[in-house]
Amino acid sequence: MLRVALRGLWGRKLRAVLTAIAIVLGVTMVSGTLALTNAIDSAFNQIFSDTYASTDAVVSGKTFNYQGDTSQAPSLPAGLLDKVRALPGTDVATGLVSDQSSAKIINRTGKAIDTGGAPSFGFGVDTSPQYQRFNPLKLLEGRWAKSSNEVVIDVHTADDQHFKLGDMVGVASLHPVKKFKLVGIARYGNVDSIGGATFAVFTIPTAQALFDRQNAYDGISAAARQGTSAQELVDQIKPITPSNAQVRTGAQEAKKQTDDVTSFTKFIRYLLLAFAGIALFVGAFVIFNTLSITVAQRTREFATLRTIGASRRQVLRSVIAEAVVVGALASFVGLFLGLGLARLVKWLFDQSGGGIPTQSLSLSWSIVFWAFVVGVGVTVLAALAPAFRATKVPPIAAVREGATLPPSCIAPFTTWIALGLTAIALALLSYAMFASSNSLGTGLRLLYMGVGVLLLFTGIALLSPRLVRPLASFTHYVAIGATWVFQLIFYPVTLAYWLLRYGVFSSGKRPARRVGALVAGFVMPPLGPALAVLVLLMWIRSKVTRWQPEWPMEFPNLRIDAEMTRVARENSRRNPGRTAATAAALMIGLALVTFVGTLASGMKASNRGAIEDQVKAEYIQTSTDGFTPFVAGAGDAIGKAPPVETASPVRYDLARVDGSAQYLSGVDPATISKVYHFDWKTGSDATLGQLGANGAVVDKKLADQKHLKVGDTFPIEVQGGKTTTAVVKGIYKAPPFFPILGAASVTVPAFDKLYVRPRNEYTFVNVKGGASDATQKQLDAAVTEFPDNQVQSRADWITAQDADFNSFLTFLYVLLALSVIVSLFGMVNTLALSVYERTRELGMLRAVGTTRRQARRMIRHEGVITALIGAALGMPLGLFLALLVTKALSQFDVRYSIPVRTLVVFLVIAVIAGLVAALLPARRAARLNVLEALQYE
Amino acid sequence: MEIEETNGHAAVPAASNGNAVVTAHDVTRRYGEGDAAVDALRGVDMSVDHGELMAVMGPSGSGKSTLMHILAALDRPTSGWVEIEHTRLGQLNDNEITRLRREHIGFIFQFFNLLPMLSAEENITLPLSIAGEKPDKEFFEDLLKRVGLQDRRSHRPSELSGGQQQRVAIARALVTRPTVVFADEPTGNLDTRTSNEILELLQQSVRDYQQTLVMVTHDPRAAAIADRALFLADGRIVKDLGCATEREVLEAMEELAR
Repeated sequence: MLRVALRGLWGRKLRAVLTAIAIVLGVTMVSGTLALTNAIDSAFNQIFSDTYASTDAVVSGKTFNYQGDTSQAPSLPAGLLDKVRALPGTDVATGLVSDQSSAKIINRTGKAIDTGGAPSFGFGVDTSPQYQRFNPLKLLEGRWAKSSNEVVIDVHTADDQHFKLGDMVGVASLHPVKKFKLVGIARYGNVDSIGGATFAVFTIPTAQALFDRQNAYDGISAAARQGTSAQELVDQIKPITPSNAQVRTGAQEAKKQTDDVTSFTKFIRYLLLAFAGIALFVGAFVIFNTLSITVAQRTREFATLRTIGASRRQVLRSVIAEAVVVGALASFVGLFLGLGLARLVKWLFDQSGGGIPTQSLSLSWSIVFWAFVVGVGVTVLAALAPAFRATKVPPIAAVREGATLPPSCIAPFTTWIALGLTAIALALLSYAMFASSNSLGTGLRLLYMGVGVLLLFTGIALLSPRLVRPLASFTHYVAIGATWVFQLIFYPVTLAYWLLRYGVFSSGKRPARRVGALVAGFVMPPLGPALAVLVLLMWIRSKVTRWQPEWPMEFPNLRIDAEMTRVARENSRRNPGRTAATAAALMIGLALVTFVGTLASGMKASNRGAIEDQVKAEYIQTSTDGFTPFVAGAGDAIGKAPPVETASPVRYDLARVDGSAQYLSGVDPATISKVYHFDWKTGSDATLGQLGANGAVVDKKLADQKHLKVGDTFPIEVQGGKTTTAVVKGIYKAPPFFPILGAASVTVPAFDKLYVRPRNEYTFVNVKGGASDATQKQLDAAVTEFPDNQVQSRADWITAQDADFNSFLTFLYVLLALSVIVSLFGMVNTLALSVYERTRELGMLRAVGTTRRQARRMIRHEGVITALIGAALGMPLGLFLALLVTKALSQFDVRYSIPVRTLVVFLVIAVIAGLVAALLPARRAARLNVLEALQYE
Repeated sequence: MEIEETNGHAAVPAASNGNAVVTAHDVTRRYGEGDAAVDALRGVDMSVDHGELMAVMGPSGSGKSTLMHILAALDRPTSGWVEIEHTRLGQLNDNEITRLRREHIGFIFQFFNLLPMLSAEENITLPLSIAGEKPDKEFFEDLLKRVGLQDRRSHRPSELSGGQQQRVAIARALVTRPTVVFADEPTGNLDTRTSNEILELLQQSVRDYQQTLVMVTHDPRAAAIADRALFLADGRIVKDLGCATEREVLEAMEELAR
C-alpha cells in the first residue's frame, strides 16, 4: 500500500514538486534564520568569553534603561583603580577608557564614517605587557599608540578607507576633529568587523582628554592573585565599589555582554521566524488545496483500492505517506537553500560594510530537526483534511462513471464553523489589542494576536466559497479591463512573436510573406531579437524531437473576447471551494502587505503631524544617523553661522525622573519657544523665563503618571549619581507618537550641572530670510569641524524620517513577498490541475471552433479572476486589521491613513500574479491536441 | 406494469440450499424519497452455488447493477438481507466488510480500474499486498500463464491493450482465490474478438479453479457461457435459465423487451 502511494507520487512528479515548493520557501526561511542567528550568537559568545578569559573581576558603571534605550554608563573615578590594586586578592588590575559613540573616524572625503547606528568606539588602553591579558583588542599591524598624537584603528575601517600606517587620520571626539598618526591596525577579538562598528584606540591620557574623562575610567579589570578565586576577588571589590557601579566576575561579564547582544539577535530571529511562519501558513493552504483537488480526481482510484480490500485506514495512510514524502523532500531542499540564503545574507552584509561576526555557517542537528519538523509537520497537517476525505470515498464509486467525492461530513456546518472561527478570532484580537498592559504580558499578547490573525484568515477562507460567486461577477469586469491593458502593453511582444513563428513554421505560405514577417518580427522593439532566438530554438526542437510548437495560431488581436471570458468566469465559479482556497492563499499575503502599508502610512502621517505640531524651526541640527546625541560644541558652532538668527540647543539624556527612567532634556528658556511650540496645559511661554536653577516643564503624560501639579517638586537622578530636586513650573502636552523633548525639561545650565558630558539631541535653528540653498551651504560650512552632525531644513528632516520608515517597510514587504510567491505556486497548481481535469472539455471547445489564443485567454482570465478575488478579500481585511491596530495604538496617536497609491500597486501586483500563474497552464490548454483531448478519459 | 404480474418468486428455487455461497432474501432497494423515490429492486430472492458461473441480465434500468452492488456489499438493501459464506452483510461495519472483501470477494470492472503507476504484476498482487500477504509463487505463475501475461508482467497499464488490461484485472480478482468474483460488464468496453477471448478465459478460470463468478452483462454471448442466467426486469427476477445457448438468451431478452 505504501508502494502504491509512493508510485503514485512518482507518477505525478511535477505536481509533487510544485506542491513541495509551497513549503520549501518557508523551510528555507526557517533554516536560514536559525543558521544565521545561531552562528551570530555563538560568534559573540566566543568573542566575549575570549575577551574575559583571563579577567577575574570587572567593574563598570550602571546604566539606566528606558524602553530598551541605554546610554553611556557613568565613569569610575581613577582612585578606584588604586584601591582595587591595593586589595589583598588582586594580582594586577588596569583601567580602560571606552566611549561607545563619540570617536568618529573621518573618511577620505572629510565626513564622519556612518556606522548606520552601530557604535563608534573610542578606547584608551594601557598596553603595557603586564596588562595585555585584559586587552580585548588584537594588534594585526604596527604597534599600539604611545603618544598623544597616535592612534590605532580597526582593520575594517583601515581596509575600507585604504588607510596605511603612517597616514594622518582625523578623529572627532567630544572635541573638534583632530589628526592622529596611524601607528597600528587592530581588531576586536578575532573578528574584523562587528556590524559596521568602528574603533579608535589611544593612550589612556589621550582618551581621557578626548572623551572628557579626566581622572576617570569606564571599566576596571582585575586578575586575582594565586589562591584567590574570581568570586573572592569580586567579594573583596564589592565594598569599595561606588553605588552607581557594579562588579562582576569575568565569566559573568562575558555572559552579560553576550546576553545583551543575543537579546537583539533573538528579536531578529523571532521576527524572521514569524514571517517564515506566515509563508508556511500560506503553504499549508496551497498544499491543502492541491491535495484536495488531486484526491477528488483520484476518486475512482481510491474506490478501486477499497473494493480490492484496502481499509479506510490504509487509504488514509497512503495519502499521509504522500504528504510525508513531499514534506520531507521540501524540508531537505529548504534546509540547504536556507543555508545558502544565510551565506548570501552574510556575504551581502560583508559587502555593504556592516559585517556580522559569525562562526562558520554550518548545519547543526537542531537546524535539521526544526527544518524537518516544520516542513513535514505543516505538510501533514495540511494533508489531514484531504486524507480524511479520501477515506470517505465509497467503494461503489469504482463502478460508477464520473463518480465524485461525496461532500465532507462537516460541509453543512462549514458556514457556521467559519463564522464561529471569525468571531473567536475577532474576540482574541480585540482582547490582545485592548487589554490593559497589567492584565496581559507582551509575550502572551503577541501570541494571542498571532493566533487571532491565523484564525481570522482561516475563518474568512472557510467563508469565502460563499463569496466566490458574487465576487467573481465583480472581479470578472476588473479582470477584463486589467488584462486588456496588459495585452495592450505587451502587444509589440505578442505581435513580434507571432510574426516570427509565422515566418518559421507556416510552410506552404508564400515565401515572400514569410520573409517579410521574419524581418518585421526581428526588428520589432523591444524584444524582437530575443524572441527570434527563442523561435529559432523552438524550430530546432521541433526538428530534433517530436515536440510541436503552439502553431498554427491566429493573428493576435486586441479584442475583448466576451464569450471566452464568460466561460472563464463560470469556470471559476463552478467549483467555489477550489477557487476560494486558491484565492485565500493570495488573500493572506495581500492582507498582510496592505496591513503593513496602511499602518506605516499612518505612522508616517503621525510622525509628520507630530513634527509639524511641535517644531517651528526652519533648520534642525542632528547627528548624522539622526538619533544619537551629538557634541554640544557642534550646537554652539552653528549658532555662530552668519545667517542664524536663533540657535536653540536641546540637551538630552537618560535620567531617573521621580523614580522612573525617562528622558530629560535641557532647553534654552530664552529661545526655545521661538523654535518649539508648547501646547500648554498649565503655564505659558512666559513660564519658560521663570524656570531658574531648579524649575522644570513636564509632559502631561508624565504629570498624569506621577500626579504632578504646578508647584510640586520631584527628584531627578542621573547616571553619574548626581541628584537634584526640580519644581514643576508648567505642564504641556506633547504628541505621544513623537515627543521631541524629554518627559521633563530643565534649563541648559541646570542640565549641564547634572551631566559630566552634556550632549545635544537637536539644535533648532531659525535663520534670516528663510530656508534656501545658500543658507544651507553657510550652515554646512559652520559645522565642518564637527563631521558627525548634519543640518537639514524641516521639510528635508521629515522626508529623511519618511525614508527611514520606507526602508523598514521595504524590508517587511520583501519578507511578505515570500508568502505571495508561495500563493502564486498555489495558483499555478490549481489552474494546471483544472486544465488537466477539463482536458476533454477543452478538446470539445477547440473542436467547435475555439482558437488556441482563445483557449489561452480563457485560462488566463480565470487566473486573473482568482487573483482578484484574493485581492478583494485580502485588501479590505488588511485595512480592517490596520484600523484595529491603529485603534489599539490610539494612546500613541497613530493615525489611520489609507495609502491609495500603494494599494493600487498591490492590485496591479495581484493582476500580474494571476497572469504569471496562468502562463504555463494556459500554454498547456492552448497546445492540446484536439483529437487526443476528446478521447481523453 | 404487465411484467409485475409475472411472478418472479415462483421462478426461483428457494434461497439457501446447502451449497450456496451467496444468498439474497427478499432484497429491495429504493433510491430517493417521496414522489422522487425509485424502486430499483422490488424483492429479489436468489442464491449462487459454489463453482457456479452466473450471468445477471436485463435491460437498462432493470436493477441488475443494483443487485450486483448489493450482493458485493458495495451498496446496502433497503430491506431483506444478503449472506456471503453464511455471513450476513447487513450487520458488518466498515472494517468487517473490508476483511470480507479481502477474503471472499474479487472484482472485475468494465473500465478495468488498474492503477496506472503499477506494473501488471504489481496490479495483480495488489490485493495480497494490501492484506499484507505474500503471493503463493506457484499459483501466481500458473495464474499469469493462464491469463497469458507471462511476457507482459512488467508493463504498465498504459502499455497494454484493452484486452490485456482486462486480463490483468481478471488475474487480480482471482489471485486471492476469493469465494466469489463479481464482474461488472467485463466485456462492455472491448471489441467483439477480444470479448470472446475474455469470456473464454473467464469460463476456463471458473472451471479450473472452481471459482464462483457472478457477472452482470448486456452481452448474450457472455450469458451463453454461464451455468445459469438470471433475467431481471423492473426490479424483479423474471426468468432463470440453466445452461442456455446464445439463441435462448437472445429469445429471452426479446421476450422481455416486448
